[in-house]
Formats: sequence, structure tokens, C-alpha cells
Amino acid sequence: MDLINAIILLLNYIFIPGLTYGSQLALGAIFVTLIYGILRFANFATGDMMSFGTMMTILFTWYFQSLGISLGVLPTALIALPFGIFFMILYMLTIDKFVFKYYRTQKSPPVQFAMVSIGVMFVTQAVVRIIIGPGDRRFFDGEKFIIKAREFKEMTGLNEGLALKSTQVITIFVTIVLVSLLFWFLNKTKTGKSMKAYSDNEDLALLSGIDPKKIVLVTWVIAGILATIGGALYGLDKSFKPFTYFNNMLPIFAAAIVGGIGNPFGAFLGGYVIAFSEILLTYAYKKFFMYILPESMEPEGLVQLLSTDYKFAVSFSILVIVLLYRPSGIFKGKVL
Amino acid sequence: MRKNLNVIAAYSIMMVLILLVGIFQSWNIALSIFNLCLISAVMTMGANIQWGYAGLINFGIMGYTALGGLAAVIISVDPVQEAWRAGGFDILMCLWLIIVMVLVIRFILKNFEKSKLRTYSIAGLIIAAIIIIRVTAEPGIEKIETVNPATTGFLGGFGLPIIFSWIVGALFAGGLAFIVGKVALGLRADYLAIATLLISEIVIAIIKHEDWLTRGVKNVIGLKRPAPYEVDLQTTDWFINLVEKFKSSKLDLITDLSERQAALNQFVIEGSSIFVKLCYSGLFLVVVIILLILTQKALYSPWGRMMRAIRDNEEAANAMGKNVVKQHLLIFILGSAIVGIAGAMLVTQDGLFTPGSYRPMRYTFLIWVMVIVGGSGNNFGAILGGFVVWFLWIEAAPISMFLINFFTAGIPETNAIKAHLIESVPYFRFLLMGLGLLFIMRYRPKGILPEKIEIK
Repeated sequence: MDLINAIILLLNYIFIPGLTYGSQLALGAIFVTLIYGILRFANFATGDMMSFGTMMTILFTWYFQSLGISLGVLPTALIALPFGIFFMILYMLTIDKFVFKYYRTQKSPPVQFAMVSIGVMFVTQAVVRIIIGPGDRRFFDGEKFIIKAREFKEMTGLNEGLALKSTQVITIFVTIVLVSLLFWFLNKTKTGKSMKAYSDNEDLALLSGIDPKKIVLVTWVIAGILATIGGALYGLDKSFKPFTYFNNMLPIFAAAIVGGIGNPFGAFLGGYVIAFSEILLTYAYKKFFMYILPESMEPEGLVQLLSTDYKFAVSFSILVIVLLYRPSGIFKGKVL
Repeated sequence: MRKNLNVIAAYSIMMVLILLVGIFQSWNIALSIFNLCLISAVMTMGANIQWGYAGLINFGIMGYTALGGLAAVIISVDPVQEAWRAGGFDILMCLWLIIVMVLVIRFILKNFEKSKLRTYSIAGLIIAAIIIIRVTAEPGIEKIETVNPATTGFLGGFGLPIIFSWIVGALFAGGLAFIVGKVALGLRADYLAIATLLISEIVIAIIKHEDWLTRGVKNVIGLKRPAPYEVDLQTTDWFINLVEKFKSSKLDLITDLSERQAALNQFVIEGSSIFVKLCYSGLFLVVVIILLILTQKALYSPWGRMMRAIRDNEEAANAMGKNVVKQHLLIFILGSAIVGIAGAMLVTQDGLFTPGSYRPMRYTFLIWVMVIVGGSGNNFGAILGGFVVWFLWIEAAPISMFLINFFTAGIPETNAIKAHLIESVPYFRFLLMGLGLLFIMRYRPKGILPEKIEIK
């Protein structure tokens, strides 16, 4: 019985939150990795682009709510998502046309691209804050829990409750669907294959008749979808605040590099690596040991490896270690 | 003279702008802008040494600034005797443990062949050491943090004049740069950018949460000053006389004696804060000028030529027998040390240390905008960038307020969009910075004052 309690405890506090957070990071990381692999620069505007997409989704959610449209138990934001994605892609293409395109034709070094993306970051941040403000926004509606902790306890008679939020299930489900679609697209369709070829060797790809304009367009479209959905899922699960989105850029970068930048599958897994290591290293295991150890051996302290204050620091340290020992990432991305 | 004309023109315009702020807004605002411009200039010089001279991209400026600030606290705050008695021993023990750990790792690295076993044993050693250090430190830290937590709750510092912290800040930042450089300098440019950015976040996390050292988010306030206090000045005779002499033309117009006294008091209060700011300006100017002379000398020395050679073609420089790795590390340390000085100066001026205020936007990306806008590789350009960008950063709100009012003049105050725009005036500075950076990058990629290579 105690063992089951311990397992439920870990499920509730580590596994499910880790899976959710990991999915959110994974979507962002694939976005970073695609831009890096195909457009060949580290996009420092990642977090802010995600916040732009989320902002658009929120605005449409509010609009639908004012019209009285809702999905019942599901959040209204799900209907607003396609509109958010549309405007996100529009914004990205505008930025690309007026900013990045010039440097692409000039064949500027990646550092210059990174600098330019910082300019884009400033502008996007300003746009988001001017339109929606810097405050905390919650836009979740519908049923909050699928299983409540108390109900679970009553149902099973266990000491530990298992709470399952609907946002967690939506996040994981949407991520699985989206990522499988993406990999199907990249591996099976002609456009996807040509994107991979372009990422592998630009000159060779151009020689074999691949249209670079189309590749860039498709990349931004996919990036827009990933950024908006990733951002909106994070906002639904926690809350939307431009500053947190900017900060989220850092673990997202960590995930992309840990997974091997330029490698979408690596980025996908990297998201979970980062999320789980953050949670595993900062969780206080006291209660867990109380269940599995006999009473005489119960630990005195919290049995916490690092205090939760260092949550971000954990993922960054992992990144530094990976950079040191396997600069191409765990799952072999582009070699540095 | 003629070839320096654009430098002189650019600086004169900048000075006129600051004077205009003084005349139209207030001298207090103008001077505080000027002081922060000077501090920004020091930071940009640091970043410029790394980026402009050597082409190293350092997005960790925030971390070095914070370390400089930490130095100001550690140097100037009086030691908290009670805290030292309570937990000082445990902390010193930990320090020893860390030193022993580093020495053991060095020993292993030197004396054993590179192998999987070595890597794993080092990893195991580090994990074991972290656990041991945590166990040793825990009781000490707890005791220190319970010593009068409202005002102290930390170890305090050495109680020395805060001016020394400018040097110590440089040492701290240089020390961190040594470690970071050893770890990360081999990476390609954009990876280096990300790695340094993340490392600086780790530094901030430590400063924010190690309360026994920095008081964390509870902030350290009331740091000692190198300049006189306003309250003291207001009661000092020579200062009152000085103000009287300065403002005599205005004072003479007032005939009533008590009214005259009241007016004089007002002038003294205003004057005292201006005087204090002027003291800081003087100190900062000295630092800027010394650094400028040193960096200019370095730029045109054989060493500077070598740095440019490395920047422009690493392989060629390597083939000529220059040790690229060593020079990169050196310049990384130098640049970061200068940023550390700026961090200490900033805390000195504010008189308080607020770890929560270190954000990458303000202390990393803004500094980079300064370097790029001003002109990388050119010290005068970098300083100018610090001035221009900081000036705009502060004055963006009034400027955008004016523009909004100008363009929406016909719309009534109650209009929702206008009210919303006016409410979000503070964020127009981001827009201005972003657009400024994008335009400069596009149409003047070498900055306002581009790098000039003189061959003498």
C-alpha cells in the first residue's frame, strides 16, 4: 500500500508536471531548432515571438467569450488558436521580409543574424506590452480538473491524491499530435524532405532545384504553428505574462542545444530532459522516503538536492555540461 | 583635427542634449542621466574590448555587473560580528572544502590519462562534494540568516571605503570570466552567446538566493558613500555660503528677510543633491578617462594589432604563432573586469544592492545595443553608444508621450485607444531601442562612429 502511495506521489508531483512542462519546452525547442537548422541563426526573439502568438490567441479568446462562444468543458482558447496562429505567421513573415531577408541575401554571418534577432526581440516585446500590457493574464475557462485529488483519494482509499488538470492532458495530447504530424511532414512529404536537404547542405539543395523561398516560407509557417501552440499551452497551464515568456527562452534554448541543435527529434526529447531534470533535482523527497522506508529510517531533512530557487540554474548547468562534453548535443545535431 | 571632426560633432550634440534636459526638465535629472551614461560607457568599453577588439560575443554582462555590485557590498558593509560567531566557522569550512575539491580535481586531471573512468570519477566527486558541502553549510547558513533578519541576516563585509570595491569588483568579475572563458571560449559564436547568457543567469540565481552572503531579495540598503551626504551638506556653512554666492542674483531680488531665508533653504536643498551628483560625476569621469586612455593605448599597441589580426583571421594569426586561445581568454577576462568595475560603480551610486533588479534586458541586451549603435571596435564610438542609448532609454517616455499627444491631438482624452497608448508609454522605449538597433544594423552596420584603423 505504501509503495502505491509513493508511486502516486511521484506521479502527481514529478511525472505529470514534468511531462506537461517538458511538452511546452519541446514545442519551443523544435521552433528554435528549425530556425537554426534551416535559416541558420540562433533566434533570440523566440520567447517573445511565442508571447506574441499567445497574445493573439488571448485576444481572440476574449472576443469569442464576449460573443458567448465556448467549447463547454474545453477552454475557448482552442477555437482561438487557429486565428492566433494565422496572425503569428503573418507577423513572422512580415519580420522576415523587412528584417531577416536582407541578411539572408547578404549571406551575413550567424552572429549578425543573432544581433538582428535581438532587435526583433526588443520590438516584439514592445508590441506585446503595448497591446496587452505587462501584467499577468489568465484566459483559461472550462472544466479545470479531470480528476481532483480528493475524489481520487475517496475513490481508491489511498492517502495520496492524484490531481489531473485538464490543461495537462490537453498539453500532452496536443503535443503528441502536433509532433507526430510534424515528423510525418518532415520525413514523408516532398516539401519536408527538401527542407531537410536544405538544412543539410544548402548549395547542393539549390542545385537540385529546391526553391529556397518556398523553404523559408514553410519554415516560418511551421515555426508560427509551434510558437503559438507552445506559448498558448504554457499560458493555459500557468498564466500569460510577457516577462515569463522572455525568460522561458532560456530553458528552451537549453533544451534545443541539449538535444542537438538542428535536430528536431533531439529538441523534442531535450525538452523533456530539461523539464525532468529541473523537477527531479529540486523536488523534496521527504514524503516519498516516508512511504518506502521503515519508520526508524525516516529522513530528517527535506531530502532535496537543490532548493527550488535554483530551478532554472539546474537546466543551465546541464546545458553547460553538455556543451563541454558533447557540444553537438546528446542526440547529435549539427556539429559545431 | 579634421579626421576627428565627426567624433567631436557627435559628442557635442550629445552634451547639448543633456544640457537641454538640464534647462528644460531639471539639472537633477540631467545629472543623473549623465552619471548613468558614464557608467554605461564603462560597461560598453568592457563589451567593446571583447566584441570590437577580439570578436568574442559575451551575453553574460549582467552576471559581471552583479558581481561588481556584490563586491561593493562585501567591501563596504561592516562585518556582522554576531553572524560571524554564529555561522562563520561553517562557512569557512565550506570554503576550504571547495578549495580542496578544486585541487583534487586538478590533481586528477593532471595525473591521469583521459578516459571514461576519469570523467565519471570527477562527476561522482563533484556530486559527493556538493552533498558534503550542503550538509556542512546548512546549519551555519540557518544560524546566520536568523541573526536579526530584518536588518542583517548575512555575514556583512569588511567595512572598508566603498571606492576599493571598484577594484575588487574588477577582480571578482575577472575571476568569473576566467572560469567561464576556460569552459566556454572554444564554442562557436552563437553557442558562446547562449552559454554566457545562461551562465550569467546562474550567477544571478546564486546572488539572489544565497541570503547569508547577499541578503538575497531582501536587498542591502544604506551602503557607505564616497561622496558627502545631502543632509550633512545642508548644515555645512561653506556649502550654504557657496549656494548663496551662486544664487545671489536671484536672492537679491527678494527683500523680505524671512522669505529670503526660505528661498535660500530651498536652493540649499536642491543644490545639495546636485552637488552630490556632481561628486559622483567627477569620480566616474576619472574612471572613464583612465579606462579610455588605457584602452586607446592598447588598441594601437602591437598587442591591439595582434588582437585585430586574431579577430579578422584566426587561422592566419595562429599560423603566425600567436596563441589564439590564450589571447581570447585574456581579453575575455579584461573586458569582463571592466564590466565588473561598472557594476561596482552602479551600486556605489545607488547606495543599495538589489539582486532582483538584475535582468538580462537591461544589463545585457541594452549594453549590446549600445556597443552596436555606437560603433564596435572604436572606443569613442562605444562610449558615445552608451551615452546615446541611455539618453534615449530615459527620454523615450517623454518623447513618445509627446508624439502620442501630437498625433492624437484631435481625439478626446476619453478615447479608449488614446488612454491605452498613454498608459503604455513606458514600453515605447523597447520599441525605440529595437527599431534603432535594426536601422543601425541595416544602414550603418559599423555604428555611428565606425572603427578606423590607423597605420602609423
